[in-house]
Amino acid sequence: MMAQLLNGLQYGLLLFLVSSGLTLIFGVMGIINLAHGSLFMIGAYVAFLVSKATGTLWLALPVGVLGGAALGALLEWTLFRHFAKREHLDQVMLTFALILLAEELRWVVAGSDFHSVPIPAILDFSVPVTSGFSYSAYRFAVIAICLVLALALFWWIERTRFGAVVRASAENPEMVDVLGLDARRVHLVVFAAGTALAVVAGVLAAPLTSVYPGMGDSLLIISFVVVVIGGLGSISGAFWAALLIGLVDTFGKAYGPSFQGTGALGTLLAALSGSSVYLLMIAVLLWRPTGLFGQRP
Amino acid sequence: MSVSKSLTRRGALAGGLAVGAVSVVPTRFAIAQPKPLKVGLMLPYSGTFAKLGENITSAVEMLIAEKGGKLGGRVVEIVKLDDESKPEKGPQNAERLVKRDAVDVLIGTVHSGVQMGIHKVVRETGTLTIIPNAGANSVTRELCAKNVFRTSFSNWQPAHGMGLALGKRGVRKAAWITWDYAAGKEAGDGFREGLEKHGGKVVQSLTLKFPETNFQPLLAQIPGLDVEVVGSFFAGGGAVQFVKEYKAAGLKVPLCGSGFLTEGTLAAQGDAADGIETALHYADGLDNARNLAFRKAFKEKAGRDADVYAVQGYDAAQLLAIGLEAVKGNVEDEANLYKAMRGARIESPRGPMTISSSQEVVHNIYLRRVTNGENKVVGIAAEALADPGTGCKL
Amino acid sequence: MIGPVRMLPKTWTGWALIWLGFAALAVVPFFATPFYVGLCTTAMIAAMLALSLQLLVGATGLVSLGHGAFYGLAAYTVYLLSPEGDAKPIWLTLPLAMLAAGMAAFLIGAISLRTRGFFFLMVTLAFGQLVYVIFHDTKLGGGTDGAYLVKPLISAFGLTTDVTSLPRSRRAWPAYYVALVQLVAMFAILVLLLRSMLGRVLEGIRVNEARMQALGFDTYRYKLAAFTIAGALAGAAGHMWAMQSGFVNPELVGWHRSAEALLHILLGGIGTLAGPIVGAFAFVFLDDLAQQVTERKLLVEGMVILLAVLLLRNGITGLRWLPNLPDRDPHASHDPRDGVVQQSREPEND
Repeated sequence: MMAQLLNGLQYGLLLFLVSSGLTLIFGVMGIINLAHGSLFMIGAYVAFLVSKATGTLWLALPVGVLGGAALGALLEWTLFRHFAKREHLDQVMLTFALILLAEELRWVVAGSDFHSVPIPAILDFSVPVTSGFSYSAYRFAVIAICLVLALALFWWIERTRFGAVVRASAENPEMVDVLGLDARRVHLVVFAAGTALAVVAGVLAAPLTSVYPGMGDSLLIISFVVVVIGGLGSISGAFWAALLIGLVDTFGKAYGPSFQGTGALGTLLAALSGSSVYLLMIAVLLWRPTGLFGQRP
Repeated sequence: MSVSKSLTRRGALAGGLAVGAVSVVPTRFAIAQPKPLKVGLMLPYSGTFAKLGENITSAVEMLIAEKGGKLGGRVVEIVKLDDESKPEKGPQNAERLVKRDAVDVLIGTVHSGVQMGIHKVVRETGTLTIIPNAGANSVTRELCAKNVFRTSFSNWQPAHGMGLALGKRGVRKAAWITWDYAAGKEAGDGFREGLEKHGGKVVQSLTLKFPETNFQPLLAQIPGLDVEVVGSFFAGGGAVQFVKEYKAAGLKVPLCGSGFLTEGTLAAQGDAADGIETALHYADGLDNARNLAFRKAFKEKAGRDADVYAVQGYDAAQLLAIGLEAVKGNVEDEANLYKAMRGARIESPRGPMTISSSQEVVHNIYLRRVTNGENKVVGIAAEALADPGTGCKL
Repeated sequence: MIGPVRMLPKTWTGWALIWLGFAALAVVPFFATPFYVGLCTTAMIAAMLALSLQLLVGATGLVSLGHGAFYGLAAYTVYLLSPEGDAKPIWLTLPLAMLAAGMAAFLIGAISLRTRGFFFLMVTLAFGQLVYVIFHDTKLGGGTDGAYLVKPLISAFGLTTDVTSLPRSRRAWPAYYVALVQLVAMFAILVLLLRSMLGRVLEGIRVNEARMQALGFDTYRYKLAAFTIAGALAGAAGHMWAMQSGFVNPELVGWHRSAEALLHILLGGIGTLAGPIVGAFAFVFLDDLAQQVTERKLLVEGMVILLAVLLLRNGITGLRWLPNLPDRDPHASHDPRDGVVQQSREPEND
């Protein structure tokens, strides 16, 4: 039980790193980025390549942060800037194309094999949680790093002047233009930060999940669910929704299948355990169509 | 080796046009030179299973080269098609080979879902098909067809061997853990049936969605199950991750499984895999002359080490060669072609191998234990194990 | 709001071109090899799916990423009606498949349409994934590997076509013509629909939903009607896929399927009803060509999409040399944040 809680927490926090970027980029720029999952994949492959080249994962973190930010800035500058006011369809297709191209890039750089990324040596041990079950120290480290990043993000968005502008433009894009603040600079920074977060999430997750082709795909969809439940453009919404989903998903998968064979209802529960996250989303939408933390229309 | 590689996909474009023009002429006027035999390879050359597709291809090409580029007296042309391991494109891709390129034989594929698509098409067209990997049971059970053979395994087989070996040893209570998909379920059935034959039982089946690797929720349940052993079916990156996390969770219950758990993954699993027992129809270190010769030749040809997938591909080509030699390359003579293939006795690198009445491979399942980063054969889990072929009426 | 419908040709030459295209399709099997007859059938099925989605995307301004769910659901309905062993006639399977897809679309639409714009996109994506998970994780339709079905029979007026009784070179014909008839019928239905009251209201919603609400229209109901109809029509496409391939697999439901349909619309032209058909044919044949000349098909696909998005903004049907096909309205631009269309406040800053 304790272990499941930890699993849910760790999964939820990683989800938060990915979906906070998604929700920020959307909130501030009005851009839907389907390729956000690919950024996660890129991060995982960065971890793989860096740890293969240097023998340690730690270097992958700064590479992920800086490289991610640079990649984000580049993408914003060359492509997304010009798509902020285009139709949905154009944005969807642009980012869909980026998914395909990211897969090709992955193939060129790292091939199509599954690769495992070694856990850093100093964290490669297990901490006994209960008698008979231990929890990996690296997972504890991931929880800690994610929490630190989340706190930093809160501080940045809630306490700094730049954060105030970001919040303002998420709530009312016109206002920022009117006030003469440099909207372009805000967009550039937000997109770079969002990209870096997704890349870092990929780096952190690499030793836990292995790296493999198309690994960003399922995460992308779950991140969308997080953003929908949390409310668009809301960082704290994304945080609580990510934790909620991490826990619901973990417990659903852990205990759902054990209902198998306990009557018709049990079988139904077991069958739906893989979809618990989506059912949660439906419930939230019926209750509050703008998400738990979204503004009422 | 380049004899058989005379037709690449690019060539096939021009070739297809030429064939289209020629086919207007009735074939009996064109007997001066026997037409080349077209062998279509529908395999993954991109995506997760690309490496498997490449090894199977190299092995098929190797056997054809050994036979001087000819099978049953006909020069072989190979047409390759990347199936991307995408099931929804399976039927269309199979039609590309069978209808557009008009191949005489189709060898494919790796992914079971894609295999279903191929199977649908070739059951209708009657094209001779040899499966070099995909293990979906149904292809040689209720959906079996007289023109479809398999030289790899059914998902049921290796896990059944594992179950038998454990049961014989006196194991009474075991858990089973796998991905919640057809292959995992079929392997689970094999494991359970093997165990039950000797009075053992699978008390709990734990599953997670394919291809997720969030094993923690499942691992956390194992201490409470009170079982003697945990059986499993995972492959590729999932297997690497699973074995490492199993070790990291500090579980005391020994882990075992269908051989794919430690196949091609040992380098990445490191010492976390030490002592794991698995059952499979092959092991790299299998000590017989045929295997040693095969591995040496493959290494020379492909520049890579051979593996179980290369063996399966090689045997697919061996089986085809036996059939074609019996009918002198005349694939139209279906009755005799299939009869020869069904009666084939093949000296495979994996040991002796025959074909069952449901056209499934019959072979030994070896019990292996991971020692020093290698799957060491410690015995035979099941000798000449045949798939039950339930529901096949041939 | 009287006058020509935006998405339909405004001149007789435009109409002539469309009907000429259908007529050309009608004679294709006489000239093509069986494989290409099959490929054209595939293209027509893709065109049907894209056409049904165009009712949402082009006509109403709703971009859905869950449309593949209705397509896949219909294919699975055919499987559930006629698992291996017992073929059912098409007059039974088609309506039931459309009904199942339509009902699912009604339910999913009823919830999704409570949201707007970007939210709507994500919610439909998640719903599509839910349907995918159901077929992927349960034994209902054969699980991950998918399952076979007996192809429904093409029977009418007591006559039944047994495909195997035809010569080999003509076995692909029945499916081809059944697909063609359905494609033309779907096009005709959508033409009528766009000209109807519903079509006009949807156009109004696309341009300015707030104004339509102010005028007293319950826009939610109209959007739900469009979503349901589009879902049922996607069901016809899915049914046809099952008929042609005789095979179902969870990947049919996945969101990549929806993205592909969107791509066909984009490629063909978002502003015209004929666009999705042109786009689907262009893409299917481009795909086949790419398959033959390169091992890196995804690279080709990715580049094609990128170029289409960057350069071909009005799609193939929006190219200038085509006679007077309607153009994308240059003055309206969506604000993706709320899905409400407003007069663009400034020229694009690129």
